[in-house]
Amino acid sequence: MRAEAAVAAPRALLRSSLGGRWLGPGVATLYLSIIVLLPLAAVVTRSFDRGLGAFWRAVTSPQAVAALELTLLLSVAVVAINAVTGTLIAWVLVRDEFRGKGVVNSLIDLPFALPTIVAGLTLLALYGPKSPLGVNVAYTRIGLLLALLFVTLPFVVRAVQPVLLELDREMEEAAASLGAGDPTIFRRIVLPNLLPAILSGVALGFARSLGEFGSVVLISGNIPFKTEVASVFVFGQVESNNVVSAAAVSVVLLVVSLVLVAGVTAVSRRGERRAG
Amino acid sequence: MRARYALRFAALGYLALLLALPVAVVFVRTFGDGLGAVWSSITTPEALHAFWLTCVMVLFAVPANTVFGVICALALVRYEFRGKSALNACIDLAFAVSPVVIGLSLLLVYGRLGWFGDWLTDAGIRVIFAPPGMVLACIFVSLPFVVREVAPVLREIGTDQEQAASTLGASPWQTFWRVTLPAIRWGVAYGVVLTTARVLGEFGAISVVSGKLSGRTETLTLRVEERFQTFDLTGAYAASVVLAVMALATLLAMNLMKRGET
Amino acid sequence: MSISVQGVTKRFGDFTALRDVDLEVREGSLTALLGPSGSGKSTLLRAIAGLELPDEGRILIEGEDQTVMPPRYREVGFVFQHYAAFKHMIVRDNVAFGMKIRKRPKREIAARVDELLGLVHLGPFGLRYPDQLSGGQRQRMALARALAVQPKVLLLDEPFGALDARVRKELRAWLQKLHDEVHVTTLFVTHDQEEAMEVAEQIVLMDEGEIQQIGGPRDLYDSPANEFVMSFIGPVTRVGDSYVRPHDFEILPALEDGAREATVTRVIYLGFEVRVQFALRDGTEAWVQLTRLEYERLKVDPGQTVYVRPRQSVSFAA
Repeated sequence: MRAEAAVAAPRALLRSSLGGRWLGPGVATLYLSIIVLLPLAAVVTRSFDRGLGAFWRAVTSPQAVAALELTLLLSVAVVAINAVTGTLIAWVLVRDEFRGKGVVNSLIDLPFALPTIVAGLTLLALYGPKSPLGVNVAYTRIGLLLALLFVTLPFVVRAVQPVLLELDREMEEAAASLGAGDPTIFRRIVLPNLLPAILSGVALGFARSLGEFGSVVLISGNIPFKTEVASVFVFGQVESNNVVSAAAVSVVLLVVSLVLVAGVTAVSRRGERRAG
Repeated sequence: MRARYALRFAALGYLALLLALPVAVVFVRTFGDGLGAVWSSITTPEALHAFWLTCVMVLFAVPANTVFGVICALALVRYEFRGKSALNACIDLAFAVSPVVIGLSLLLVYGRLGWFGDWLTDAGIRVIFAPPGMVLACIFVSLPFVVREVAPVLREIGTDQEQAASTLGASPWQTFWRVTLPAIRWGVAYGVVLTTARVLGEFGAISVVSGKLSGRTETLTLRVEERFQTFDLTGAYAASVVLAVMALATLLAMNLMKRGET
Repeated sequence: MSISVQGVTKRFGDFTALRDVDLEVREGSLTALLGPSGSGKSTLLRAIAGLELPDEGRILIEGEDQTVMPPRYREVGFVFQHYAAFKHMIVRDNVAFGMKIRKRPKREIAARVDELLGLVHLGPFGLRYPDQLSGGQRQRMALARALAVQPKVLLLDEPFGALDARVRKELRAWLQKLHDEVHVTTLFVTHDQEEAMEVAEQIVLMDEGEIQQIGGPRDLYDSPANEFVMSFIGPVTRVGDSYVRPHDFEILPALEDGAREATVTRVIYLGFEVRVQFALRDGTEAWVQLTRLEYERLKVDPGQTVYVRPRQSVSFAA
């Protein structure tokens, strides 16, 4: 058996835990191509089904533009708010001690675990027409904002927490011994170290709120030009069988997502190089 | 220090208003009409079918993404090859792209007017507006979780143990099964839980791909919307509660696993 | 010959780790691969194990060409610097791993595990997990694991490198004893010349991918082949073209034939020996190693003028 193996095994087959050099990467590539690449390629290709002109018209139609603008505006607002509240919550969870902190910590994952449609429904229950608090933001942009804040909550918190945990307290102590007050310490010592984590959480939240659908569908009323976001617009176009229009706007969203993904990867790789 | 209490109050207040209170209100409203109403709501044939269909989604999508997720993680960490960054980008895209776009993309490939449309129609296979398409949608949206949980663990444990197994006479498969897999089991477990939660909650892509036929291609999430649109708030809340309970079970599983790992 | 390395060359991109290396390792011997970082010693060891693939040359183990054979067919035992313990298995299962792969009967496995755990003095720890053991214990477990399947050759890659000084010394002595008992051809890599001198019967000194000298500890120390060997094995001072060992300097009270004038710069007490540092007139700095007794007889102080003469020195023809 060994002699045969010696004869049969060419020099290249010595390594690998998955048997052969090509099996692992090959299977992975095949799977991802079929599941992800193929469908996304279809979107890009079909958006030009009726030519460049039709693509352009679809993307620049007033309703589409309104939807895209609203989506971008809301997403920026959402991540700006999350940058602050996410850091605040992470700070309290790491640096503060109180009873029930563990429960609160687990609660942060709720938006990840809860279906988006249910999230939308729960927000509608508290902030909609039948609100026990008397607050009604249904069919408004505020309602949209609330829904997006709900689903993007964990991103900044979970990105900042581990960094905060690992942060060397001695830096802050050194600053304090040199006369710096708490706000200064936070601004000049802590925050710069948290910035990469905050940015990565922000990027993920931005990508999420660009494409968010389930949680906004109920609370926004999907009123074109007022509370219709890009994903809802695309959905409407699909229902009306305007495939090219739907695909065209989808391509815009795809491009933005791709840019974000590339950006985050590049930044994290630079961060790794500096740290490693 | 007053600052500490102020910060705590602000953080907890935000969380209460955004997360805790809304969920609490739903639970109160749901059971406000009594358990009976809720029970009859979730035991209608359509509701039961929706529950069953949701479970089917999980049963197909989760194992598929687990197996291929581990393979992808191994490929990304243990091998060097051209196109690795493209692979990484694909995995990240599955996370970043809007579910509606995902639904549309499947429509454009497997739908009647899609790339494979004619071929599928001739073969008599229905993908879109039928469970297979919905499973594909669930696989697409929940793709990254196992890979992203397993890859860092693989990176951390390094290849020493695998090399040792090799010198002790283990074949590549034996090494994988006896050494690598046990070493990554927590990463796999977390990934499975996250994948399950994502599949349970899938709405956007499935909205496009399913056709939303009650009793046929309606999952629990679609049912929530359907009950809402037909003004059956109790029904909507009831289905939501079932989903919320499943979500909380997922959170609990995560927590227990974190404790079990240490 | 247990191991025969013939003309092995290995490159990693631009870097040549092994250059046309030839080596014969006798059966049952205890040999050290010694050298600084980057000398190629680990690469050579791993090539023998099958964990690296040579670009050129052949590797024979007990007469059979194993050059392209995957590790699992070579029947070599390998011990890693950082133990490579199977963290999710208890000690017994770690040691039993190789036998379980070969599907040996349960009773045989249990008996052999007991035997090996006794051999490495880990008897009471069989049911523990590796992270419940100390570093030294983990390495002994790794050894037991490697020996369990009766390898033809035992290879150890800086086996004590991750342990602290005292444990290192204990395990060195213990490895020697083990080799006496088990008699398997053993080849270990180290960058610590003291370790190689203390443990090995034969030392293979490597630098920059080439073997500089092969011999017993005494051969390398007394008859070094070149200046690299001389300065790697033991301290040495260069005086002009000659190389002198610190204990080969004589300190004389008065000028004699062959002696040179020097000033004592520092006297260091190391307990059992004394080091006298001095500077020659031409600026060369060196030191002499003396026993307490020798120093007491001499009684030199810093600043004092003395006369030093090498009892013997070595020159390497250019």
